[in-house]
Amino acid sequence: MKFSNYKYLILRRISQLGLLFLYFAGNAWGWSILQGDISTSLLFGKIPLSDPFALLQILATGAIVGVNILVGALLITLFYGIFGGRAFCSWVCPVNMVTDAAAWLRRKLLIDKIERKVWISRNIRYYMIVIALIVSAITGLAAFEVVSPISILNRNVIFGIGAGIGLIIAIFLFDLFVVKNGWCGHICPLGGVYSIIGKYSLLRVKHTREKCTLCMKCKEVCPESQVLHMIGKKSISVNDIECTNCGRCIDVCNDDALEFSLGKFIKESKESK
Amino acid sequence: MGQKGTKDKITPRRRFFTNLAHNVGLGAMGVLLWAGYTSKAKSSPLTLRPPAALPESDFLKTCIKCGLCAEACYNRPQNLDKEGNKLTPGTLKMAKAQDDVTIGTPFFIPRDVPCYMCEDIPCVPACPSGALDIKKVTNEKGELDIRLMKMGVAVVDVSSCIAFWGLQCDACYRACPLLDEAIKLVYDRNSRTGKHAFLKPVVNVDVCTGCGLCEKACVTEKPAIFVLPTDVALGKVGDHYVKGWDKADQQRVKDVDINSVTTQTERSKKKAEDYLNSGNLLEY
Repeated sequence: MKFSNYKYLILRRISQLGLLFLYFAGNAWGWSILQGDISTSLLFGKIPLSDPFALLQILATGAIVGVNILVGALLITLFYGIFGGRAFCSWVCPVNMVTDAAAWLRRKLLIDKIERKVWISRNIRYYMIVIALIVSAITGLAAFEVVSPISILNRNVIFGIGAGIGLIIAIFLFDLFVVKNGWCGHICPLGGVYSIIGKYSLLRVKHTREKCTLCMKCKEVCPESQVLHMIGKKSISVNDIECTNCGRCIDVCNDDALEFSLGKFIKESKESK
Repeated sequence: MGQKGTKDKITPRRRFFTNLAHNVGLGAMGVLLWAGYTSKAKSSPLTLRPPAALPESDFLKTCIKCGLCAEACYNRPQNLDKEGNKLTPGTLKMAKAQDDVTIGTPFFIPRDVPCYMCEDIPCVPACPSGALDIKKVTNEKGELDIRLMKMGVAVVDVSSCIAFWGLQCDACYRACPLLDEAIKLVYDRNSRTGKHAFLKPVVNVDVCTGCGLCEKACVTEKPAIFVLPTDVALGKVGDHYVKGWDKADQQRVKDVDINSVTTQTERSKKKAEDYLNSGNLLEY
């Protein structure tokens, strides 16, 4: 149990729980650091931050929306688009803690080894985006926002526990017993949206082949293990859009073969064969 | 189609179309299931929304479910119970999955916590999406005006209102923030006793904001006065009837396009005078 094996995991949990706490305090005690919830927040009582996917759904219903939401969605899009990539999923989203727990338990209970594999496509999330927008247009109600476990869990923390917590438990069980990383890695359209937004973002995990001892611990813990296709093969950055920048692979690597780097545009080593 | 004994060959074209059909079919299934759920996820028509909310269908489209209105309501400076220095709960709740309201949208239940009609209406300016439209509570001078709020309208069930029995009760009348305007007491003679008066609460629907303080104050076990959304509580006269003594109402009927008025039996092409002058009055 070295600290360096848990560094980013601990930082992520501090980030996720800290944000939930600030949201809670914003309602319970009127703290004006972070008010609202994960669909739209007010930072320091002034700066709006909005979920770009929620905005898209609202626009799909044909509604005209306030300028604060537009500004907020733009700020979020710029932040993740330029810097964070898909970091929302692993550093902010509260459901990530639930699905990470399920993935951890899967490994501990050896479910991965025993269970019959259920295969579903990792591209479902992108279809979900399109379907959510179509359904929003048909029904006049932001379709993902009425089922989103992300905002349900977030609001359960801020405004008190409700029956929606059942959906969170269902997702935990789905990830535990049905599909490995089923929700976050296959279905969640919000993850798909942030994947697309973060396509050209700067923050990347970088692999150095020369240091790699092919222990494959990184692939074991990675929730999107397909993005680590270069392990032991090429010294390049993880450029697949589904990488959540969770840094878990960096944590578990004892060979310093993985690290965060800024910019896949910055020259990459091409010595690999 | 292949002959007996030979396998059907899957051409690239066949593969392409089968995959296309597969994806379109699954997509259509997803849309149908999801749309089916979503159309059922809408609120009960009895839901009471915060002040200045857009009409329900527009409200549901526009509200981003951020809860800033509910937080502003809960954290308003007036929300301090001065004696106990205890926080009283906020009026606006965020709908949970078990509520009969679209999840994550703000609503209130007056019998639990009514709207206290804060002078500064903190919930409305807090709304970032425009689902609470500040123009609806802004008067000509550009000031926020609580009298322009319209969350619903109070309705009296005269069968369970004890004032209509002849007992003296003016709890709702006294609780009303627009005292003697939104609820008036109508005096009436109690012919049962012959010597007492009824003091009957009657709601003025033009003034009532639907805050629900009357519903909260009502002394009966289940309130005899309660707030309903305006479109549920109120009828609509239509264009067939007019207050002959009211200039404004006459103008309302004059503005109506005659062709837009529908009648159950076909309207006679003849003029009214023909009817009077024809002489065969019994034929009509």
